[in-house]
Amino acid sequence: MSESAGRLGLTPSQTVGPFLSIGLDWADGPDVVPAGTPGEIRIGGVLYDGAGEPVTDGLIETWQADPDGHFDHPEDPRGAAASSLPGFRGFGRAATDGEGRWEIRTVKPGALPGEAPHIDVSVFARGLLDRVVTRIYFPDEAANVTDPLLAEVPADRAATLVARPDGPGRLRFDIRLQGDGETVFLAV
Amino acid sequence: MTLPHPVAGYRPAPDGAHPPLDFPEYRSTGLRAPAQAPIVVRHRLTEVTGPLLAGERLGPSDHDLTTQHAGEPLGQRIVVFGRVLDSDGRAVPDTLVEIWQANAAGRYAHARDNWPAPLDPNFTGGGRVVTDATGNYSFTTIKPGAYPWGNHHNAWRPAHIHFSLFGRAFTQRLVTQMYFPDDPLFAQDPIFNSVPDPKARQRMVAAFDLEATRPEWALAFRFDIVLRGREQTPFEEPHE
Repeated sequence: MSESAGRLGLTPSQTVGPFLSIGLDWADGPDVVPAGTPGEIRIGGVLYDGAGEPVTDGLIETWQADPDGHFDHPEDPRGAAASSLPGFRGFGRAATDGEGRWEIRTVKPGALPGEAPHIDVSVFARGLLDRVVTRIYFPDEAANVTDPLLAEVPADRAATLVARPDGPGRLRFDIRLQGDGETVFLAV
Repeated sequence: MTLPHPVAGYRPAPDGAHPPLDFPEYRSTGLRAPAQAPIVVRHRLTEVTGPLLAGERLGPSDHDLTTQHAGEPLGQRIVVFGRVLDSDGRAVPDTLVEIWQANAAGRYAHARDNWPAPLDPNFTGGGRVVTDATGNYSFTTIKPGAYPWGNHHNAWRPAHIHFSLFGRAFTQRLVTQMYFPDDPLFAQDPIFNSVPDPKARQRMVAAFDLEATRPEWALAFRFDIVLRGREQTPFEEPHE
C-alpha cells in the first residue's frame, strides 16, 4: 500500500450502482431535523440526466451548519457541541423516487464567517463513478453577493446553485447532471 | 461580515486514483456524467466538518449479515475486516461503514433486480459497523456471486461488496467497491477498470488472510480503506 512521499495511496471511488437502497436507505434519512421543529422547511427537487429524464435510482446527501452557523464537530472554531436546536443532525440523505424526486426536512443554516448560508450536497447514482458535489444557497439572501464561492462561479450559471421558493416553507432545488441548465458542480 | 476562519483543507487525490466521470465503456455514464468541468473550490468550514455518525445508527445484527433472518443464508461464510486510515497513515476512528451486496447466487434483494438467479429468504445484504478507536472494522457475511448486466455483450460484474464511508469530514466521503483476489472477470469489467492507475485499482481488491480465518467457521479477507489526508497549513482567505 506504500506510495510516493511515504503516503498511503487512496482507495478509489466506484459507483453506488442501482441497488444502493439496500445499504444506504434510512427511514429517517431525510430528517436533518425532527418533524415539528420550529422553522422547519422542506428542500427538494428532481434529479435529471442529460436527456432531461428523471434519475430514479439516485441518492442526495446534504451537510449544513445549524441556525447559529455552528457544526457539532471539533473543527468548528467554537468547538464541538450539540446544537442549541434539539435533534439537529446536520446531515440529510434522500433517495430519489420513481419520478426522480428527493426531499429533506431541515432548517435554514446560519451564515458562516465570511460565507452566505449554504448546504453542501453530494449526488450518488448508477452511472456516476464518483459522487458529484454542489451547494444549495438561499433566495433573497443579501450575503450571496459577497459569498467567496459564488464569486468563483460564472455569472450565467450561478443561478443553478440558488434554491427557489416553492410555496410556504418549501424550497425547490432541481439538479441537472448534464446538458441544458447543467448544475454547477464543485471539485472539493 | 466576519473574516473567514482559516482552515487546513484536505489534499486533492493524485491523478489516476479515482475514475473519471466520463467513461464511455461504462454506458450509464453517458447521460449522467456532467459535461462541464467542476469548479475547483478551497475547503472552508462546511467541507472540513462532516457528520460524526456513530453507534446511534447501529442495530444488533448490522455487523453480521448471516444472522439477520430466521435461518442462515446459503453461501461461503466470510469475515471482511480491515482498517480505515487516512493517507498519512492515521487511523480514522468512530466512523460509520455501510455495506451492501448481492447474495451467493449474485442476486440483490431489490425489486429492480430481476435476473433469474434465486433470492435467498435468509439474506438481505445490508450491513453497518463503526470503526473502533484504532480504525478497525469487521463484518461477517457470505461471499457474493458474480452476475450478468447489460453493459456490453456477455458482461459480468466481478463479485464485489459496496462500501460507503464518511470519514471525519465532508471531503473524506467515499463510496467504493471491494473485490476478491484473482477474479477472472476483472479484465472485462469497465467499472473496475475505470480507475486509471493500475496500482490504485489493486487497492480495491481484498487480500485473503489465512491468519484471520476462523477455523471450522469462516474464511477471512482483509480490506484496508484509505481516505484523503490533511494539508499541514491552514489557508487564509485574501483580505480585501
